[in-house]
Amino acid sequence: MHGISFDIAHMLAGFLVLLSFLMLYQVRLLPLLHVLAAHAFVLALSVAWQAYIQHAPHLYITAAIALVFKAIIVPVALRRMVFRMGIHREIETVVSIGLTMLAGMALVALSLEVMLPLTAKAEPVVREDIALALSVVLIGLLMMVTRRNAVSQVVGFMSLENGINLAATGAQGMPLVVEISVAFSVLIAFIVIGIFLFRIRERFDTVDIGVLDEFRGGQR
Amino acid sequence: MNALLSALPPGFDPLLGVLVIPLVFAAILAMLPAYRISAGLNIVASLGSLACAISLLFARPPPHEYLMVDDFNIVFILLNTFIGFTTSTFSASYIAHELEIGRLTAWHLRFYHAMFQLMLFGMNLALVANNIGLMWVAVELATLTTVLMVGIYRTHEALEAAWKYFILGSVGIALALFGTILVYLAARPVIGEGMDAMVWTTLVEHARDFDPSLLNIAFIFLLLGYGTKVGLAPLHAWLPDAHAEGPTPISAVLSGLLLNVALYALLRFKILIAANSSAIAPGPLLIGLGLLSLIFAGFMLYRRRDIKRMFAYSSIEHMGIIVFAFGMAGPLGNLAGLLQMTMHSLTKSAIFFTVGHVAQVKGTQRMADMGGLTTTHPLLGWLLVAGVAAIAGLPPFGVFTSEFLVVTTTFAREPVLAVLLIFGLLLSFGALLLRLTEVAFGEVKGPTGPVHASYLPVIAHLSLVLVAGIWLPPPLVAWFQHVAALLG
Repeated sequence: MHGISFDIAHMLAGFLVLLSFLMLYQVRLLPLLHVLAAHAFVLALSVAWQAYIQHAPHLYITAAIALVFKAIIVPVALRRMVFRMGIHREIETVVSIGLTMLAGMALVALSLEVMLPLTAKAEPVVREDIALALSVVLIGLLMMVTRRNAVSQVVGFMSLENGINLAATGAQGMPLVVEISVAFSVLIAFIVIGIFLFRIRERFDTVDIGVLDEFRGGQR
Repeated sequence: MNALLSALPPGFDPLLGVLVIPLVFAAILAMLPAYRISAGLNIVASLGSLACAISLLFARPPPHEYLMVDDFNIVFILLNTFIGFTTSTFSASYIAHELEIGRLTAWHLRFYHAMFQLMLFGMNLALVANNIGLMWVAVELATLTTVLMVGIYRTHEALEAAWKYFILGSVGIALALFGTILVYLAARPVIGEGMDAMVWTTLVEHARDFDPSLLNIAFIFLLLGYGTKVGLAPLHAWLPDAHAEGPTPISAVLSGLLLNVALYALLRFKILIAANSSAIAPGPLLIGLGLLSLIFAGFMLYRRRDIKRMFAYSSIEHMGIIVFAFGMAGPLGNLAGLLQMTMHSLTKSAIFFTVGHVAQVKGTQRMADMGGLTTTHPLLGWLLVAGVAAIAGLPPFGVFTSEFLVVTTTFAREPVLAVLLIFGLLLSFGALLLRLTEVAFGEVKGPTGPVHASYLPVIAHLSLVLVAGIWLPPPLVAWFQHVAALLG
């Protein structure tokens, strides 16, 4: 496992981090969904590549789930939802973009700093992949913290989950990866259906978490 | 008992029974339209699981790749199935009332009963899993089903609570999965690739050879991840809402069972860390989070107006005490933690049973609108008084015993921490008694209509707690001590 196969795995994982950064500064929902689809697509490529170099055919199932479910079905469903709610033109108020990007960079630095020494003894593929996967996870968390719209929070969660999938496939020979990715897909499907149902029932005027907070009120 | 066991069909595995019964009944209940029959079947299914759990005490199957029963988890399997059973009987009378006043429809109930069994399945699976990946999937399943049930009333507040619980819970279990992957990475060079490196029984055997720095990072992720589900202080935001807005039987199982299951998962990993001498000591982390939860919840208790929300904060407080006790570790600290987990589950679910009926009688959860309960509904009122006295840590109830153990062992080793601990305990003690006097005594407020309560589950739980406070059977003590030694 040297030379070109390592470089390709490394490149795909790095590309995933790059796309995570792209998400951080997308303030419009539709472009954000496009980046999400691209993110999942790169994940599918990365997982498929791992399946190839590890000779682990079951990982192709995870790759297929990523491709069909996360790169196509979920973005399309979210896109339709965004149009239905009429929030496709809205610009989200985000904490200063420059600041978020800087925080994102700090998180990548942190995860490289933490993970590289730890996995020093492991094979190079594992080592880099885990560090990059942690970066994707942390940037996903950052995104969930800085966004207020429920749809973009879901996008943040999905990118976080992509990072975990990357780590799981990078950890060579890890069993149950397919089962876990199926479980995660169920979770995401529930989230998406959840937002969808809320909207259909028109319980909320907007799916903005900030609005939800008001209902809690001080008197209870 | 052996005669009874031999009467069972050959090849029957009670361990599978604990899992298959809830699963099969979830499917049946999803298809049954009649709510009375489903409420009854729900009880039958829970009783069946309980019977299987009891028979596990006598015949324990050997551990295999996915499932196992050992001295540690059998306590929790028993507790889980027992409270699942009592909750199902409480639930039957609770939902009858909800249906009457039109808060739930028959269709909702079909969904509710199926989800109830599915949730019990998820929790049982998490407890008996011998595989860190399987355990994670099970915890996720239990989370999902409870999210759906918290949102079942479809009000603004319920949906908000469900959404918040969902997002925070998802982030929590995602972080826990990352920690699980890191544990696998630590185990792989020692055990080798494949399933063995995710099986508890092999992991614990080889834990001393794992790379300690990887284990440390993994534990941090697991602590944050499963800690979110336990409801530890900075990560607790979902817990009060989820308890207050869902149906009360769900509040009871959330507090009584789900928090325990998440904590059980965390403790399993703590055993792993403890087996590796060069890994970090998890003690200071657990003590810090525990104290923070305890004192924070203590202060928050004073500002509550909603009765279910108040007891939710009390759960955060108790999880704080428990995590603190496991952080102190040592045979006595662990023993206190285990005992407190058991006592808290029994007491808190009993309190939620009474609170559910009280809220139904009064038509509200606002404490300002209820009062003088002991004069209008003596039995219900006094059961609430007994429950709150028990949870506040008054003797002769079992919670007192375990809290006393925590305090004494802390005093012997870290007097400064003991002062903080006692401060937190007194803080919440005061808040609970303050509110209790308003609701239970004081002037009569709110409707005083008759109540169709099921007292039996409450009485059963509270008498167990009382008995445990007065006299713990020696075999049980020996058992707890043995498990406490396992926890390191």
